[in-house]
Parts: sequence; C-alpha cells; structure tokens
Amino acid sequence: MNITVDADKCCGAGQCVLLAPDVFDQNEDDGIVVLLDATPPEALRAAVREAAEVCPAAAITVEERP
Amino acid sequence: MTVPADVLVVGASAGGLAVAEALRRQGHRGGLTVLGAEPHPPYDRPPLSKQVLRGAWERERAHLRSAEQLGALEAEFILGDAAVRLDVAAREVLTASGRTLRADAVVLATGVTPCRLPGQDGLAGVHVLRTLDDALALREHLLAGPRLVVVGEGVLGAEVAASARGMGLDVTLAGLGPAVLADQLGDRIGGALTRLHAERGVGLRLGAAVRELTGSGGRVTGVRLATGELLPADAVVVAVGARPATGWLAGSGLRVDDGVVCDARCRAAPGVYAVGDVASWHHEGLGRRLRLENRTNAVEQAQVVAAGILGGDRPYVPVPYFWTDQYDVKIQAYGLPSAAAEVEVAEGDPEDGRFVALYREGGAVTGVLGWNMAKAARLRRPLVAGTMTLAAAPAVNVSTRA
Ligand SMILES: Cc1cc2nc3c(=O)[nH]c(=O)nc-3n(C[C@H](O)[C@H](O)[C@H](O)COP(=O)(O)OP(=O)(O)OC[C@H]3O[C@@H](n4cnc5c(N)ncnc54)[C@H](O)[C@@H]3O)c2cc1C
Ligand code: SF4
Repeated sequence: MNITVDADKCCGAGQCVLLAPDVFDQNEDDGIVVLLDATPPEALRAAVREAAEVCPAAAITVEERP
Repeated sequence: MTVPADVLVVGASAGGLAVAEALRRQGHRGGLTVLGAEPHPPYDRPPLSKQVLRGAWERERAHLRSAEQLGALEAEFILGDAAVRLDVAAREVLTASGRTLRADAVVLATGVTPCRLPGQDGLAGVHVLRTLDDALALREHLLAGPRLVVVGEGVLGAEVAASARGMGLDVTLAGLGPAVLADQLGDRIGGALTRLHAERGVGLRLGAAVRELTGSGGRVTGVRLATGELLPADAVVVAVGARPATGWLAGSGLRVDDGVVCDARCRAAPGVYAVGDVASWHHEGLGRRLRLENRTNAVEQAQVVAAGILGGDRPYVPVPYFWTDQYDVKIQAYGLPSAAAEVEVAEGDPEDGRFVALYREGGAVTGVLGWNMAKAARLRRPLVAGTMTLAAAPAVNVSTRA
C-alpha cells in the first residue's frame, strides 16, 4: 500500500487522524494533514482505506500495490 | 437476515458513493447500481462555493474519484436519469427515462434542493448554488458584472460572499438574522464573522427581510428590502436554505417529515435505507431525531448503512462535524453548537484570530468550535462526544447550510 495526500484539497477535518492516528496527523498551525507513514503495516491498512473513503475532501489516495 | 444480492443506491454524490464504496470494502460481492439525476460523475460540493467559484480549481478537481477508481468499484452508474417513483414493498424504482430498477436493498441518497424566492424563476441573473452546473453558471455571471447581492446569512451565503470578494466583486450580504451565522453559531461567533465580512468590504444588511427581486426585461436589477431600500445587482445569489429532495417519494408510503424518517439504524422500511442530507434518523445518544446537512455526515452515515445492508446491527451515533472556509478563516465545529448555548473561549485569543470556543448548555459541552485552530479543536472533540451519549430534548433539524 502506498498513500499520498493532497494538502491543497485537505480541509483540516481530522477524520483521518481519528481513524488512523499512526498514519495521519495534523499540522499544529492550519490543521492540514501530515502523512506520518506512507507505507503502513498490514494491521493499519483497513483503517487507512476507510480514512481515504471518509475524508470529506477526497484528499487521500491509496494505491494498493504489493 | 439474508444478505441482499442486489443493492440500488439512488443519488450519486457524497452519500451514495460512500455507501457503494463501503459495501464493497465490507465484502458485498453482489450487484450494485448507482442512479444519479445529474449527468456528472460523483463530485464534491464544498469546493463549489470556494475553489470552484473562485476559479482556483478546474471543475475536474472537484470529482470525488477518478474514472479508474470508479471502475474498480464494479458498480453500474446510471447517470443523468432521476428516480421518479419508489415501490417500497417491491423495492422497485422507476426512472424519468422509463427504466425500472429492482433490488433487494434500496438506499435513498438524494440530498436536498435549494429553496427559492418568489419570482426568482422568471429572472435571469438570480442563482442558487447546489450543483456543479450552478457553480459554473454563477462564476460565469460573476465575471460579467461587478455587483453581487447575496440573500441569506448562513454558511452558504457567507462563503459565496467571501469568494466573490476574493474575485474583487462589489458584494452586499442581506439576511434575516442579526449576524452572519448567528442562527447556527450564536451571537458571539456570529459577531466575529460579521466583523470579518465588514473588514473585507462586504456591505451588510442584517436583520433585513427581502421584499422582492426587481427586474427589467427578464433580467434581475436588484433586491428590495422590507425597509424599502433597493440594493442594485448584476447578479443575485439566493442562499436561504434547502429542503430534502423527497418529492419523488410521494405516494411511496414512506414517512417523510423534513427528510426521510428512519430508525436509529437509518432504515426507513425493511430493505430501504436513507443516507446523507435527506435522512432524518433517530440519534440514540441524543434521544431524538436529527438531520444533518454536512459533508462528513454523508460518509459516516454511509458506513452504518452499508453495514446494516450486509446484516450488521449498528445504530448511527455520530458526533456531528462541519467546517467552513471564509477568506483566510477556517472554522471547524464539532457537536451541535447552537445560538442558545453559552460560549466560552478555551484556548487561543479571538484578538489574534486563532481560538477554540466551547458551547455549553445546561452545564454540558454541546459544541467545540475552532477558528483557525483545527487541530486544537479536534483534540477537544472528546468533550462533546461525552454529551452526545446523554438523552436530551425534542426533534430538531440542524441545518448547518442555509
Ligand atoms: C456549495 C456547497 C458548499 C458546501 N460546503 C460544505 C462545507 O464546507 N462543509 C460541510 O461540512 N458541508 C458542506 N456542504 C454540504 C455537503 O456538500 C453536503 O452535506 C453533502 O453533499 C451531502 O451529500 P448527499 O450525498 O447526502 O447529498 P447531495 O450531495 O446533495 O447529493 C444528492 C444527489 O442525488 C441526486 N438526486 C436528487 N434527486 C434524485 C432523484 N430523484 N433521482 C436520482 N438522483 C437524485 C442529486 O442530483 C445529487 O447529485 C456544502 C454544500 C454545498 C451545496
Ligand atoms: S480527513 Fe481528509 S480533509 Fe480531513 S484532515 Fe484528513 S486528509 Fe485532511
């Protein structure tokens, strides 16, 4: 799995941080997403997929490759 | 409960798409059809009053998924065709073009339709803003004439005013409330927003009812207030709220009362669910019916609906959340901030343009609001999550978009 985030689209909702705090964080200043781990371990992937789906700005893209 | 073979989703936007995606992610291998009235692939609405209106984004950027991602869903998208009738017992939907679609589970995700002012339909230059086509038409018009009047001081009206100022237009915002967003966020935050708009050069007519739209030769020329004042305009945006898009459900037997009435699991009838702006469901934590018009609600509710369709049994008990961007101010709100609550600044300082405010009712924290302090606001979300599990008062409609 490879994750990319589009900081320009992010609205700072923090839904991703609620779902996968080991993978996403928010900038202290403007709340924009900070990607902590672009290739998270298996155990976190379901939460990351859900985060990409629920992100209200469609700012998270997940590439499923081995 | 048997797991349905075929699922039909009516409405191809944030909520409908999220149900389709969640169904696949949660293991649904059967048929999946998504019917949408608009010709466009699913796109996002929040940028319409912001980046798309300002012209910062090409329209494609507002698409929620790429063609490739939609293809991977293995769903049939029927776009540009509206549902016109639902047979609840047969779970059958008739469309405007004459298709009959039958499924084992039907999800209603038709959102809301903007309210209009009397006389607006016959006048060119008067706009509502709900769809991508609305946004593009409005943008084109804003580029052609300098004077814009926005009617409605809710979130949508305020965002349009901010975006139009950013484009250099001469903007007047007229609304019934005493301050920008006062209905939703109360006088204190509403006052701060009103000052913000005034500082950025928006002409404000608050506490002002609109008497009529004036026109000449079929084109709008202005907005007359009840005070008699005439606000001249090249374009007018009417942002006075929206109503659930439930007209097509008349005669279906479903209960419609400010939205599709659902139980705590977002079920309107056996095998029929509702999601997003159109759904009015029983929030078990609050002990009352709630309908939310915000972006995260659509996708969060979709997770529960998909689980329910696949045989799960989860009530939908969210902490409501919405954001709004106006100029360089980003507001985040958790819970149910209301005009009735007491507001206290918990962190930061309004003077510095960065703070977190808490809304309290009856001693309990009912809302957390961040003003250019998104992360700090989120960190206080648990305060309000606690109160959302307490039983409370009668049915309300919390419309954050007006
Ligand atoms: C301009 C604008 C800005 C916004 N900004 C924000 C924001 O900053 N923050 C926030 O939290 N929320 C915001 N929102 C609200 C958010 O976009 C909505 O809550 C969200 O789109 C709801 O999703 P939905 O799928 O329930 O409904 P919708 O997005 O309204 O989608 C419903 C879809 O169903 C289709 N449909 C309707 N009737 C039929 C029918 N009979 N048959 C077939 N299809 C039908 C419609 O064409 C539409 O595509 C904004 C909304 C607008 C309009
Ligand atoms: S959920 Fe999306 S919009 Fe919200 S902080 Fe994460 S990336 Fe940004």
